[in-house]
Amino acid sequence: MEKIKNLADLRKMKEGMLGKMSLRENSNSSEAIIQIKVGMATSGIASGAKETMNYLITELDRRDIKALVMQVGDMGYCHSEPTIEVTIPGKEPVVFGKVDTVRAEEIIDKYIVKGELVEGILPANYRTI
Amino acid sequence: MAIKMHILVCGGTGCSASSSHEVIAELNKELEAHNLTDFAKVVVTGCFGFCERGPIVKIIPDNTFYTRVKPEDAKEIIEEHIIKGRKVNRLLYVAPDTNEHVSDSKHMEFYKKQVRIALRNCGFIDPENIEESIAREGYAALGKCLTEMTPAQVIEEIKKSGLRGRGGAGFPTGTKWEIASKSRVGEQKYVVCNADEGDPGAFMDRSLLEGDPHSILEAMAICGYCIGADHGLIYIRAEYPLAIHRLQVAIKQAEEYGLLGEDIMGTGFNFTIELRYGAGAFVCGEETALIHSMEGKRGEPTFKPPFPAQSGYLEKPTNVNNVETYANIPVIINKGADWFNKIGTEKSKGTKVFALAGKVNNVGLIEVPMGITLREIIYEIGGGIKGGKKFKAVQTGGPSGGCLTEKHLDTPIDYDSLVAAGSMMGSGGMIVMDEDNCMVDVAKFYLGFTVEESCGKCTPCRVGNKRLLEILTKITEGKGTMQDLEELKNLSNVIKDAALCGLGQTSPNPVLSTINNFWDEYVEHVTEKKCRAGQCKALKQYVINPDVCKGCTACARACPVGAISGTVKNPHVIDQSKCIKCGTCYEKCKFGAISIK
Repeated sequence: MEKIKNLADLRKMKEGMLGKMSLRENSNSSEAIIQIKVGMATSGIASGAKETMNYLITELDRRDIKALVMQVGDMGYCHSEPTIEVTIPGKEPVVFGKVDTVRAEEIIDKYIVKGELVEGILPANYRTI
Repeated sequence: MAIKMHILVCGGTGCSASSSHEVIAELNKELEAHNLTDFAKVVVTGCFGFCERGPIVKIIPDNTFYTRVKPEDAKEIIEEHIIKGRKVNRLLYVAPDTNEHVSDSKHMEFYKKQVRIALRNCGFIDPENIEESIAREGYAALGKCLTEMTPAQVIEEIKKSGLRGRGGAGFPTGTKWEIASKSRVGEQKYVVCNADEGDPGAFMDRSLLEGDPHSILEAMAICGYCIGADHGLIYIRAEYPLAIHRLQVAIKQAEEYGLLGEDIMGTGFNFTIELRYGAGAFVCGEETALIHSMEGKRGEPTFKPPFPAQSGYLEKPTNVNNVETYANIPVIINKGADWFNKIGTEKSKGTKVFALAGKVNNVGLIEVPMGITLREIIYEIGGGIKGGKKFKAVQTGGPSGGCLTEKHLDTPIDYDSLVAAGSMMGSGGMIVMDEDNCMVDVAKFYLGFTVEESCGKCTPCRVGNKRLLEILTKITEGKGTMQDLEELKNLSNVIKDAALCGLGQTSPNPVLSTINNFWDEYVEHVTEKKCRAGQCKALKQYVINPDVCKGCTACARACPVGAISGTVKNPHVIDQSKCIKCGTCYEKCKFGAISIK
């Protein structure tokens, strides 16, 4: 293990650790950042929710967009899996259906980056407590 | 595949005692069994504060907060939550007011009003991993002080922040450091951390050391830089084995990383830290007694002055601060005094950690901004009084403090308002009492503690407190007189004025404050021989209601001293002079004919 010889070393180590801690840091301030829930029930997984989730995490990370991607259970839209729910701070959650990696990219490009709505929004049919 | 979920499990003393370590082992086993080790990982953290319902397991990123998790629940958590994303409802916290499951920690009343500065890393990082601490700005404040600030500038910043000692008396920390820095310049000096937490029911310092030891080490080094010391000592009681272990690990890691030792971060500043174990005497929390104990002498206080800043450990200038005080230092340096002094009240800045205990629904460790009211603490964070009973008083400041009552519920809490209300901040124990607590009995409990912990060096404390306890015992046994009540007051004031150290000077506080706030109860004990809370056993009277008694003889046969007389099918009578108030008759009666007066 390398000794920390100066302040720059300490800062470098801190930067190096950020990736490992970002999950916790982001969840700490979850209201302030974009939250994406991916439906990962049987029907979701069967229609490729895992690939969608992996894509979202890597792509958002690559673009340096601070977001919290979580897996959740069945959201009740088995006809339109994989489904994701995107909550931009200060806005109502929006649910998108049939999100494969292509659609996921479109959602990041248009809704998350520019705030434009995209085709294929599902009406919210529930309220969470 | 990158790790997408963190499973945080509390490894503090409270949760360890309810076998959180087995939960950790089971969770790891299940992760391995399902090939999920590259998807989720278990992190052992410090205290989440919600000790009432440990062991606590928190799932990141969704902040799901599972309480009272048993080892056998691990399988369900992994298979349902981690794999399928479905929360395990039965393990969620249930809000006491609405009886609904609370989905995550963000929605828990317990956390809503809290501001975590000293506890910023507790329950968030793995305390045995220095890199997680560094990721959270650990040692950045030390680096900033050593490279960008002079000692005088650091002291000025601390003074400007308005930080006051969190050990109880509330002395301004910056001023304390300034005195130590100007004392006997150029000589060997020492930095001491007082981790001798002795109040009954207090566990703030222990949780801090267990959850975030590096912040304390860092702050001690900053203090050393300011006052010109190259060595620090942490005085910790031997009955805190986990905190000691975490400190040992932390010191070793900090030395390996070059953050303690010689030439720290290439600045030429040297600082080392060692641990000193105390045997758990309450008086050793007093700084002069603490220093004597560290020197290997008897843990007895000496008269101040000289203050430790002039002549402390080994007769060298020494700065003594409490654990929580140190925990605030790195944040003040990193975020600036102006950020810190916006929190709190005019004369008490920042936050205070309290160990909330007693008759509240949510017992635990909380950190709140100064100026919060007792009502917010008890009814919002604490979730109200257990069993819907009536609030009676809060004891703050432990054996040195006093009671606050209903009329103080809306007083903003800070150092000065608590003193004005006849109590004190103390180190942060907060014991909530309901209608079932007898205030004379409470005073007696604290006096019993003080008598046992008095070192015996000065007469007012050694003899005076013993006499106080005797009078209180007399009153609770129904033998007190009005003269006794007057003597309680007089003697208390004499001890306050004449005792040598802080322990003796404050030991009559529980008596004086209960007399002030609950005079009626004292008088009732003396004149009516009645304890309204039913706590003073000798004042209890078991009485048989002749209208309800069927004369079944069950009570008479059960009475161990033959105090009950009566014939079959006729009402029985209890002879009060023989009765030993054991309550057996009360339990045996099938007709509810026996009542307690």
